[in-house]
Amino acid sequence: MSAHRADTVEVAIPDSVQSDLRHGRASMVNRFFQWAATFSGTLILLTLAAVTAFLVLEAMPAFTTPTDELAHDVSWYTEAGFFAYVGPLVFGTLLAALIALIVGTPLAIGIGLFISHYAPRRLAQGLGYLVDLLAAIPSVVYGLWGAMVLAPAIVPVQDFLSTYLGWIPLFAGPPSTPARTAFTAGLVLAVMILPIVTAVCREVFLQTPRLHEEAALALGATKLELISTAVLPFARGGIVSGAMLGLGRALGETMAVLLILSPGATYSLFILQAGKHQTIAANIAAQFPEANTSGVSLLIATGLVLFLITLVVNMIARWIVARRAEFSGAN
Amino acid sequence: MTPIRNRRLAATAVMGALALTLAACGSDNPTGATSSSSSSSASADDSASTLSGEIVGAGASTQESAMNAWIAEFQNANSGVTISYDPVGSGGGRTQFIDGGTDWAGSDAYLTDEEVTAAEATCGGEIMELPIYISPIAIIYNLPSVSTQINMSAETIAKVFNGDITMWNDPAIAADNEGVDLPDTAITVVHRSDESGTTKNFTDYLSKAAGSAWPYEASGDWPVEGQQSAQGTSGVVQTVQGAEGTIGYADASQAGSLGTVAVGVGDEFVPYSAEAAAAVVDSSTPVSGRSEFDFAIDLKRDTTESGNYPVVLVSYVIGCVNYPADQVDLMKAWFGYIVSAEGQDVAAGAAGSAPISDTLRNEAMSAIDAISAS
Repeated sequence: MSAHRADTVEVAIPDSVQSDLRHGRASMVNRFFQWAATFSGTLILLTLAAVTAFLVLEAMPAFTTPTDELAHDVSWYTEAGFFAYVGPLVFGTLLAALIALIVGTPLAIGIGLFISHYAPRRLAQGLGYLVDLLAAIPSVVYGLWGAMVLAPAIVPVQDFLSTYLGWIPLFAGPPSTPARTAFTAGLVLAVMILPIVTAVCREVFLQTPRLHEEAALALGATKLELISTAVLPFARGGIVSGAMLGLGRALGETMAVLLILSPGATYSLFILQAGKHQTIAANIAAQFPEANTSGVSLLIATGLVLFLITLVVNMIARWIVARRAEFSGAN
Repeated sequence: MTPIRNRRLAATAVMGALALTLAACGSDNPTGATSSSSSSSASADDSASTLSGEIVGAGASTQESAMNAWIAEFQNANSGVTISYDPVGSGGGRTQFIDGGTDWAGSDAYLTDEEVTAAEATCGGEIMELPIYISPIAIIYNLPSVSTQINMSAETIAKVFNGDITMWNDPAIAADNEGVDLPDTAITVVHRSDESGTTKNFTDYLSKAAGSAWPYEASGDWPVEGQQSAQGTSGVVQTVQGAEGTIGYADASQAGSLGTVAVGVGDEFVPYSAEAAAAVVDSSTPVSGRSEFDFAIDLKRDTTESGNYPVVLVSYVIGCVNYPADQVDLMKAWFGYIVSAEGQDVAAGAAGSAPISDTLRNEAMSAIDAISAS
């Protein structure tokens, strides 16, 4: 312990620190800091445990009460049972989040590459700030923008998609007006996940080892080849984990979806048609205000399902990142 | 030198602060004074200021904004009074009232016969049900190319909202609107996505007035699937504004610049108005077998009477005729304020309700005057 501390002292030059050390004050500060860090670490675990316990306890009545009794108590619940109820919601949640991911991730990679490898340094910094700023906009503002501006404005795009790509089931018509559809909700979610995905991508792109890049250039690589041979392979793990962070946000987003989507409970793939999809989070927010005890318990049970989905998504992301650990900047 | 200047500075600061405080009081007082003087004239003049006590109500959330406005104004005029209203929902409000937990209830539905018996046991005497909150529901549409008001019979409205009529130039709509150039636009139906009293009353109207064209029963949840929907009144209005060819239903006060359908009643088409909405309540049939001060009504959704607008939401205030001696004056003044012309105007301003008619006010006042000590 003391030998270790002596090492540190040789590096830490200021006199005040040395005098502190002599009086043992630094060891107290050290210990306090250790405590504070441990406390924070424990607190987050406790919070997680408390949330899980809350979800399980409150959801319990939804699983233990007979289905016909629940169906009698809750107007929007049928005798078909819990999984028939939550199934379309899970489908809607995943559908909207996937649209967000498919649109958002390539954009985020593009923005990240532009900032790290193409833009002049000053512009890159400013652009970085601007993208980060997107994360500071409250989701209700995104929702209002989506519902009031984007949903009416995007109708021509929907018409175009259904006219020329209507043979793909995804874009089958007739498209709804105003476009309160999974398509619009997915687009807004894409914008909402951009900041987090872009931030992660930008950071990993910047960490590409200088040697790799110079080696690629020395072999006569163009900028595109440099990026595809040196930057992207190195960053793959980072991109995946960034995308998964974004997916987590898209899965749980409530307010924006609530405001944009015309809900409906089906397994429909037609993302241009309103009244066919709904997400778990938005459904909870929509039904909670007027729900009775049984209804609340059912809603929380759907929340538990969302919690599990998010957990699985995060574990898959961890697994992918861990598998590619050799590229993750450790070298 | 410096200390003195400091002291002077401090004094100036204190003066400034005082002035600000006074100004704040000053700006507060006039509004308080006007509202107190005006509402005390509506209730029992000078006696209003001597009222004190605490009363509790619970019930329909439809009345919530009107109730909040009433409570604020009434407490302003009677500083010794504390009133609270818990918008737990109509059913919860009735249960709490019957269990004796509250002094009055707000409810979108009148009490069932069993509930009346139970409530009379709790009250130790008769009860009163006053239909004092009338909220007209407008059928709103977005059709900029049509400048005249569109007429629709109840049957046509039902077919449109059920998805049986899909185009604005459908012959059924054209038949009600001779000479109007209806566009070749698809109809997009917009309904409430949350459970609501507005939906319940609108579907009640459709099921009673449209006959077989509307195959569903009245319900707070919209029964037709796969249509556009939005959260709350503002959500519906904003969605209808969002595209051409949409049609929806919403509290009439929120219709804004959107077109509203004139509803077919008998041989004529009645556009929404506060008077027409109050008129349908007056011409509705009282529920039979009720006591003297129970003004529960069965709304005549299928009325054929001229100038009646049957797409309304009616909400009741339910109370006892007998209250403990120390509450009698307060309950009289409170109910009296709600039904007074001023109280109804306050609700119209805050919640967009339609003021009740003088006929109904006289009936309600007869019940309120009868409130006595138990």
